[in-house]
Amino acid sequence: MPVSKKKTPMPSRSPGERVKNFNEVPLGYTEGQAVEEARRCLQCKKMPCVAGCPVEINIPAFIQLIVDGDFIGAAKKIKEKNSLPGICGRVCPQEDQCEKLCVLGKKNDPVAIGNLERFAADYEQGRGKVDIPERARGNGRKIAVVGAGPSGLTIAGDLAKLGYEITIYEALHEAGGVLVYGIPEFRLPKVIVRKEVDYIEKLGVEIKTNYIIGKTHTVDELFEMGYDAVYIGIGAGLPMFMNIPGENLNGVYSANEFLTRANLMKAYRKDYDTPIIRAKRYAVVGGGNVAMDSARVALRLGAEKVYNVYRRSKKEMPARIEEIKRAEEEGIDFRLLTNPVRILDDGKGWVKAVECIRMELGEPDDSGRRRPVPVNGSEFTVEVEVVIMAIGAKANPLLTVATPDIELNKWGYIVVDDKKGMTSKKSVYAGGDIVTGSATVISAMGAARKIAKVIHESLSS
Amino acid sequence: MYKILNKETLAPDEKMYVLDAPDIAGKTLPGQFIIIRIDENGERIPLTIADYDRKKGTITIIVQEVGKSTIQLGNMKKGDSIFDVAGPLGVPTHIEKYGTVICVGGGVGIACIYPIASAMKQAGNKVICILGARTRELIFWEDKIKAVSDEVYITTDDGSYGRKGFVSGRLKELIDEKEKIDRVMVIGPVIMMKVVSEVTRPYKIKTIVSLNSIMVDGTGMCGSCRVEIGDEIKFACVDGPDFDAHQVNYDLLMNRQKVYAREEKEACNKCKQEGNVNACK
Repeated sequence: MPVSKKKTPMPSRSPGERVKNFNEVPLGYTEGQAVEEARRCLQCKKMPCVAGCPVEINIPAFIQLIVDGDFIGAAKKIKEKNSLPGICGRVCPQEDQCEKLCVLGKKNDPVAIGNLERFAADYEQGRGKVDIPERARGNGRKIAVVGAGPSGLTIAGDLAKLGYEITIYEALHEAGGVLVYGIPEFRLPKVIVRKEVDYIEKLGVEIKTNYIIGKTHTVDELFEMGYDAVYIGIGAGLPMFMNIPGENLNGVYSANEFLTRANLMKAYRKDYDTPIIRAKRYAVVGGGNVAMDSARVALRLGAEKVYNVYRRSKKEMPARIEEIKRAEEEGIDFRLLTNPVRILDDGKGWVKAVECIRMELGEPDDSGRRRPVPVNGSEFTVEVEVVIMAIGAKANPLLTVATPDIELNKWGYIVVDDKKGMTSKKSVYAGGDIVTGSATVISAMGAARKIAKVIHESLSS
Repeated sequence: MYKILNKETLAPDEKMYVLDAPDIAGKTLPGQFIIIRIDENGERIPLTIADYDRKKGTITIIVQEVGKSTIQLGNMKKGDSIFDVAGPLGVPTHIEKYGTVICVGGGVGIACIYPIASAMKQAGNKVICILGARTRELIFWEDKIKAVSDEVYITTDDGSYGRKGFVSGRLKELIDEKEKIDRVMVIGPVIMMKVVSEVTRPYKIKTIVSLNSIMVDGTGMCGSCRVEIGDEIKFACVDGPDFDAHQVNYDLLMNRQKVYAREEKEACNKCKQEGNVNACK
């Protein structure tokens, strides 16, 4: 049978249907579709795709198992390196990682590695029974992990398999970090996150929610409690605002708040108590995945009009192309090369409109992207009731302020020895967004895997 | 799950709970708060820690029943458990020996001022407390506060107990009567804190208020609680809740506290329709 030049498309719900609820948009491969797509893999000996995977999954091997019809085997093969495959299959930017290096991609579409990863994970979960791999015998060493986000869960899983006793301390009431408060249900169903967190717990990891390290316990107290090492994976969770007039009016949200209310607190559901503003018109400021997520959540809350306001052009948008495409399909109105200058008051303390200015692209800036420059006199207003600021996040100082012997850079991120993830404080390691600034789920997981090895080497020598 | 070890009704809509939370009790300092979630579908509610006992591993909170969630909490009994309790959050109140400190508590703020008055006393200050409420039955913890104060004054709006009038009037009299007031600590409704800060401003007495803005996570993550302090934006949950009373933009705070007025009313109506006990008076 000739192999297709194109990726096997993943069935997906239609835009008109999906904006009415929070159900997942892409539906996943059937067994037949998965095998068809898996057959496209050339099984290259050099495995270039693996070099693009931050957690080094043996991609050709798991794809071959799908070809062979051993879907459970495929899931297990992935989980040798990645404990969260259902999550990564959905939210990894594969187009910039494994799939970017796929040999097929030189002339045709690369193998849909992400879709196949998701298929294998969902297949195993759908069977109801997830096998727990054999763990090394307990070595009596205890490690505290701060933050139950992607990097914390990863390092906990890896070290638990090696025989360590792991406790994760999570500030919120639910484990998952950005996977539960940030990424919406329609992109990453929370039941998937819950099942993968369950898997980590079944590996022997204890997760203590409602523990704020820096408040409930300090890092030093963790050592007093008998931990041999501490890993900090607290993410970059401090919201940024534009510092423009009107930003404190009622109806202005940080994306963090808007998404936390919708995702973690399930404010979109009538059987949950947390409120969220339901309005006719929303403007979401920013061009990243968080902005796309916010805009699509607003639509699903029943908005008639959702604008995305971004100061550069579509080409410079940091969001994944796939996410921009989905937002477009759903009817988000993109106002590109546009920047808010102030938010106007309705006279009663609520948002009435956003005043924007048109931008044009000038010389490249430090990020290599062309710097947006305002066009004088081009101001105009867009009438909305809610404005969501999705312009990035900063380091949350809650833990680091309480731990002054951890060295920070000028932005408040933790300084680590690049290769080993060691902080300036003895036996304290850090990884993920609190080191790099806002990045991806998988890069945080990649850092965690490397540091798990470092901790293991250091504690077993 | 965090067990309710004791419950008392302090005033018609004000209940006191003692919770079993040893890790939080072990770290609490005056001025800090917790975030609770009553059940799996609940919202995150910030509540000031009104008292704590490190030995027994307990914290005490006072809840004023104002909406669906607080009424639901008000209906919980001794022996019941609260789903989530996280804390202690916020920067503790700065305590040192200033000289003479006036602590002003209004309404449910009477409970919140107690640990501060107590710590100020322990630090060697002369502590004068002014407690205020609408009417006699809303004044509670008078004895408890007397035990940690040198002087206690009470005002009620209707004159049913103590002096008729507001705490702000009594405060002004005391400032005029006394030789020197070194610091004023105020916790209560925003309008009360605003008026009190205008009383102390002309006297240039350093005044500290504890702000109760709307929060979600309470750890600096959402920015819901942002307040304007001087010309800066601060987060009440991590930069506060204590701020210099003379720098706070109270009008902004009052406006932001109304963000969910409509949703709260809807939730109350829904509760009533479903026939929940005592729902939303």
